[in-house]
Amino acid sequence: MSAPAQRRIIFQHIDEPGYSNDLACYVKHGGYAVLKKAVTMKPEAIVDEVKQSGLRGRGGAGFPCGFKWTLLDKKSGKPIYLVVNADESEPGTFKDRYILHQDPHQLIEGIMITCFANNVKQAYIYIRGEFPHGARILEQAIAEARAANFCGPNLLGTSYSCEIYVHRGAGAYICGEETGLIESLEGKRPYPRIKPPYFPAVLGLYQCPTIVNNVETLCHVKYILDVGGDAYAKIGTPNNTGTRILCVSGHVQKPGYYEYEVGQITLGQLLNEVCGGPLPGRKFKAVIPGGSSAKVLKFGETFTLKNKDGTSRTLTVEDLPMDFDTLAACGTMGGSGGVIVMDDSTDMVAALANLNAFYAHESCGQCTPCREGSLWMKKITTRMVHDHARVEDGALLKNVADQIAGRTICAFGEACSWPTQSFIAKFGDEFKAYPETKKTAPPAGALELV
Amino acid sequence: MIAPLKPDLVTVNVDGQEIAVPKGTNVIEAARQLGVDIPHYCYHPKLTIVGNCRMCLIEMGLPAVYPATKTPILDPATGKQRINWMPRPQIGCATNASPGLHIRTNSPQVKDCREGVMEFLLLNHPLDCPICDQAGECKLQEQATGYGRGYSRFIEQKNVKPKRTLLGPRVMLDDERCILCSRCIRFSKEIAKDDVLGFIDRGSHSTLTCFPGKKLENNYSLNTVDICPVGALTSTDFRFKMRVWFLKQTNSLDTESSVGANTVVWSREGAIYRITPRRNDEVNDTWMADSGRELYKLVRADNRLTAIKVNGTDSGLDLAVYAAAQIFKASAGAIAVVGSGRSSVEEQFLTQKLAAVLSASVSLVSRVGAGDRILVSADRNPNIRGALVTGLIASLPAQKLTGLAAQIDAGQVKTVISIGEDLVAAGLTAAQLAKVTVVYLGTETNATSAAALVVLPTLTVFEKSGTFVNQQFRLQKFAKAVPAFAGATDDLVVLAKLAVAAGANVPAPDLASVWRTLAAEVAGLGPMAYANIPDTGLLLDATPWSALPFIEAEALHYQPTKPSAAVTA
Repeated sequence: MSAPAQRRIIFQHIDEPGYSNDLACYVKHGGYAVLKKAVTMKPEAIVDEVKQSGLRGRGGAGFPCGFKWTLLDKKSGKPIYLVVNADESEPGTFKDRYILHQDPHQLIEGIMITCFANNVKQAYIYIRGEFPHGARILEQAIAEARAANFCGPNLLGTSYSCEIYVHRGAGAYICGEETGLIESLEGKRPYPRIKPPYFPAVLGLYQCPTIVNNVETLCHVKYILDVGGDAYAKIGTPNNTGTRILCVSGHVQKPGYYEYEVGQITLGQLLNEVCGGPLPGRKFKAVIPGGSSAKVLKFGETFTLKNKDGTSRTLTVEDLPMDFDTLAACGTMGGSGGVIVMDDSTDMVAALANLNAFYAHESCGQCTPCREGSLWMKKITTRMVHDHARVEDGALLKNVADQIAGRTICAFGEACSWPTQSFIAKFGDEFKAYPETKKTAPPAGALELV
Repeated sequence: MIAPLKPDLVTVNVDGQEIAVPKGTNVIEAARQLGVDIPHYCYHPKLTIVGNCRMCLIEMGLPAVYPATKTPILDPATGKQRINWMPRPQIGCATNASPGLHIRTNSPQVKDCREGVMEFLLLNHPLDCPICDQAGECKLQEQATGYGRGYSRFIEQKNVKPKRTLLGPRVMLDDERCILCSRCIRFSKEIAKDDVLGFIDRGSHSTLTCFPGKKLENNYSLNTVDICPVGALTSTDFRFKMRVWFLKQTNSLDTESSVGANTVVWSREGAIYRITPRRNDEVNDTWMADSGRELYKLVRADNRLTAIKVNGTDSGLDLAVYAAAQIFKASAGAIAVVGSGRSSVEEQFLTQKLAAVLSASVSLVSRVGAGDRILVSADRNPNIRGALVTGLIASLPAQKLTGLAAQIDAGQVKTVISIGEDLVAAGLTAAQLAKVTVVYLGTETNATSAAALVVLPTLTVFEKSGTFVNQQFRLQKFAKAVPAFAGATDDLVVLAKLAVAAGANVPAPDLASVWRTLAAEVAGLGPMAYANIPDTGLLLDATPWSALPFIEAEALHYQPTKPSAAVTA
């Protein structure tokens, strides 16, 4: 079966020749028509459409968007905030930056619809510090939209007003965690909050009810209101509706971004057909399907999944549809859509050393298991690639990771331990044989031994 | 006393034992009531909860109900409501008691969690225990015996951090020992209201530090040393002086103001090494001011009085008392007593007996400073209210002894008995002092002791036992921590001997005897005995003095009965 065609909804105009990120171009392409429609609707009706659509968050966790909105504490009497998570920092993920750079008004329209639906009077876009250009584009786009009354006071002549502010991060991965982001937005160190009691929907920004949504998610909201929740729900597969932007990087002929209906394309189709297969003379070895925190998949392994009718089916890695539920059933996750491909030239220990270095560097240091464990894992893998590997290191690494996952304040504990757990589970032989196979100098680009 | 309001109790189950606790009590406190210890580092009962150490991970379950009807799901095997156990461990500090909450603190998973956290905390922790002041009272050491591995799996290089950073004049930081629990940061911000501490850098390289240009120098800085679960923060005063396991602990009180913070005096072989706060949720929680911790230095101060003197020559106690009695006789009807707000209730009672038998006028010296609205009040005498209760005085003391000065000038007073007060500092001129004969009881030399005809060295608060009445009219007791300094005599003994020599009938100068008389004669002290006063003190009825213009402002656990008036002149 050959790969289905891309379905460009969010990335409709990305890299389109002649398409610019200014308001005039956006309006010329039908922009803000959905917002005009939205302000004539009842806010509850908008929420219902989004619930109907089955939209799941595109930030990584895949939490149902409409349901998230209904969790808001609307009885508190406090203002409700929308925080847009534009802190796209998951390694292997590069979708939101295209929206921010090339189609910012699509995001602003999605924000305003979401704000109107949830009676939000102030929205913050938290953009990662490494996107200075994106921040400037957003500021410009917001100014344009405000001048045209697409945001700001008395939106489109109604009595409803809402302002959007851009806040630049200072370069920390943990700011992508929603409560860490909120702390950072409040001007503090981005230490994620304990949940309970600090669920953003109840005690979020400034201890007020807060929605935190990903950039791509909000663009989907705009599209949902355009076509209607029911029509949107027909895109993709049940419980995995809509489209996803898949960011493919690593050892393939044609890396890049691709937008497909969720679950309509398999990993094999994506890599072999869409991305042109492995590099000449190479074979695929491993793939991380949803950003670097997702558990790695090994080419050649199979998964036996239960069908709804009680029968079961066996899938290879190539067979896996790129949706939330199947990937979760296979022990990994769709995550943020960052597909990282590794071919048979890859030294898996060195690859894990690279990931561990990232997580050790990005651990915020608030809670013990992640703070100490992530650096320990980094020190072990770095030592291994520097010719000091021991046979028992693989087992030790796994045990350290097991002592982190599920015991931390935020999901970073899982994010930093899943790579190690899965690399050891699937490529444990390579780790065990490493002292023997690795008698030469460390791989090029290996981290300095500390 | 007012009965506490009946709290909203809920029943929780800890390791199979049930206990009723007020709703919202966290799991650590609920388990503590059952005698079940849930180890923790970052949790502190008087600070906000951050849940960062992860040592208190427990298994948690809630009673199962059918989602639609909310009726209980019963377990067919036992007939009881089924418990849904959460797959992930939860932190005890942030898990609050709710009806039917079930907790496991002794399961293999909980043990594994604790061992994991212990191993992580010890990875980069230096092996300083042999030279670390915290050894012996270190939470990390204690938990390591229970949950440590016994050997290290860590063969990498440890992190290197600053070993000696002076955060302020009294607090030294060793960053390598720090386990980043943030107790000190929260204390500074929430209790001392002096937000000067924070972490810099990330991950395992996180380092505690003062904000640029700031110092940890507020008057509560040493509390951070107390609550530091490890040896990261140490007191520059106590550092390297003594192993804590050699020290004897004695309950005492902070005498620097009328707050009466509860303290523990740590001593060895008659020498005091440090003073730390003692928890009293009605008075000082778990805190005390730095200034109160220095007071032990008075015991071995250079100006300590060490010899009984009569007319400048060394004497014995009975001879000196006889000399004093002769003076009293010679100046009968012209004697004044300057009592002290620093004396204990018992001493004030005997002072009052002495004054009565001599028909002497009584004045007290007030001490006023700025109150900090935390644990140092404006009234720097610890026991003005004791003087009211015992009837030594009926109104608040004036700031200066102007009344006494006038009496001396008028020739109405020929002899002054001073209980530890320096009359010059209290407002008498040298000329006025020269006009009177002085009998001085006290601990330190000053202008008055130098001018006194009879000098009777007495004891500091650390060398005797007794009670004070604090600003809340709370009767609190302190105990003798170290033996009396050579040459000094217990105030009670001296006062009793003087009173007897003057012809009074007083109880034997021991606490039990004095208290028998106190209970019989002093309204409000009722059927009490010294031994029965609880360690957390006893609130007395303050209504007889409710009209007095006390100067203390609202502070931690203190609410003035009416708007504070300016001190009366």
